[in-house]
Amino acid sequence: MSNAPKIELGRRYRFSASHRLHSPHLSEEENCRVFGKCNNPYGHGHNYVLEVSMAGDVDPATGMIANLADLDAFVERQVLEELDHKSLNQDVPAFREKVPTTENLCIEIYRRLKSFPKAKLERIRVQETGNNSFEYAGDN
Amino acid sequence: MVLLTRKIEFAASHVYHNPNLSSEENRRIFGKCNNPHGHGHNYTLEVTVEGEPDPVTGMVLDLKELKEILEREVMQRMDHRHLNYEVAELAGQIPTCENIARVIWQLLEPKITQGRLHRVRLYESPDLFADCYRNGAGVAGKS
Repeated sequence: MSNAPKIELGRRYRFSASHRLHSPHLSEEENCRVFGKCNNPYGHGHNYVLEVSMAGDVDPATGMIANLADLDAFVERQVLEELDHKSLNQDVPAFREKVPTTENLCIEIYRRLKSFPKAKLERIRVQETGNNSFEYAGDN
Repeated sequence: MVLLTRKIEFAASHVYHNPNLSSEENRRIFGKCNNPHGHGHNYTLEVTVEGEPDPVTGMVLDLKELKEILEREVMQRMDHRHLNYEVAELAGQIPTCENIARVIWQLLEPKITQGRLHRVRLYESPDLFADCYRNGAGVAGKS
C-alpha cells in the first residue's frame, strides 16, 4: 500500500451574526414548539467558527496546497464580508426563504466556497457554539 | 471500527525560503514566513488510529505504546528543533504544515502495527492545520 497520504489544508475563520429560526409554513404555536427560544421575534446572535478544508497537490516549490493569502482573501470576499455582523434572515438572500439553521448555513457557505480556483473544497464545518457544530461535504 | 486520538504538543522553529526563487518572489509568496532568521510555533499534533477493540483488553492499541511511538518518532526529532536544519526528513522541502504533516504520517504509518493510522492532524496555530489521510480511504463522516 502506498505510503503517500492524502493531504488537506484546514483553516479557521470567525464571524458573528444574528438569526431567528422561524418558518412561514408553520403556525405561531408550531414555530414556538419546534424552535423554542430560537424563535424569539427579535432574533439573537452567535460567534460562529468556520473551518474550511481544502484538498489538492502540495506544490513542491512552495510546500503548499494553496497560498493562505489567496484562501483568506477568497473566504473574506465570499463569506465573511457577506455574513459577518449581519442578520442572516434579513441581509443574506439565501435565507429569505430558508430557515437560517446552522445546517442550512453550512450548505450556503459550501456553495459560496466551492469555486475556489486554487484547490478543491473538501468540506466545511461550522461551529455555532462551543457545543454545536455541523459539517457539510457536498451531496456526492 | 473505533477511532482513538492522542494529542501531543511540540515547539519548533522554521523559515519558508525556496533557493530556486528570487528574493522578491520568496518575499511575495511567503510574506513574513520568509524572514531570514525564522520564527517558531507551538505545534499541536493529533494522531488518530482506527481498529477494532481487542476482545481481551478492550483496546485498539495500548495508549502507552502510542505515546512511546510519538515520543520517539516526533518529539525527539522535532521538539525544540529548527525544522529546516535539524530534521533530515524535511531536508529540501519547505516546512509548511502540509509537508510536516506528511512527514509525520510517513514516520508513524509503518510503526503503528496494532490498528492502523487513520489521520494525522497538525495544527501550526489554532486557526491553521493540515490533515493527512490514507490515500483513497474515505474521510470520517464521508465514506
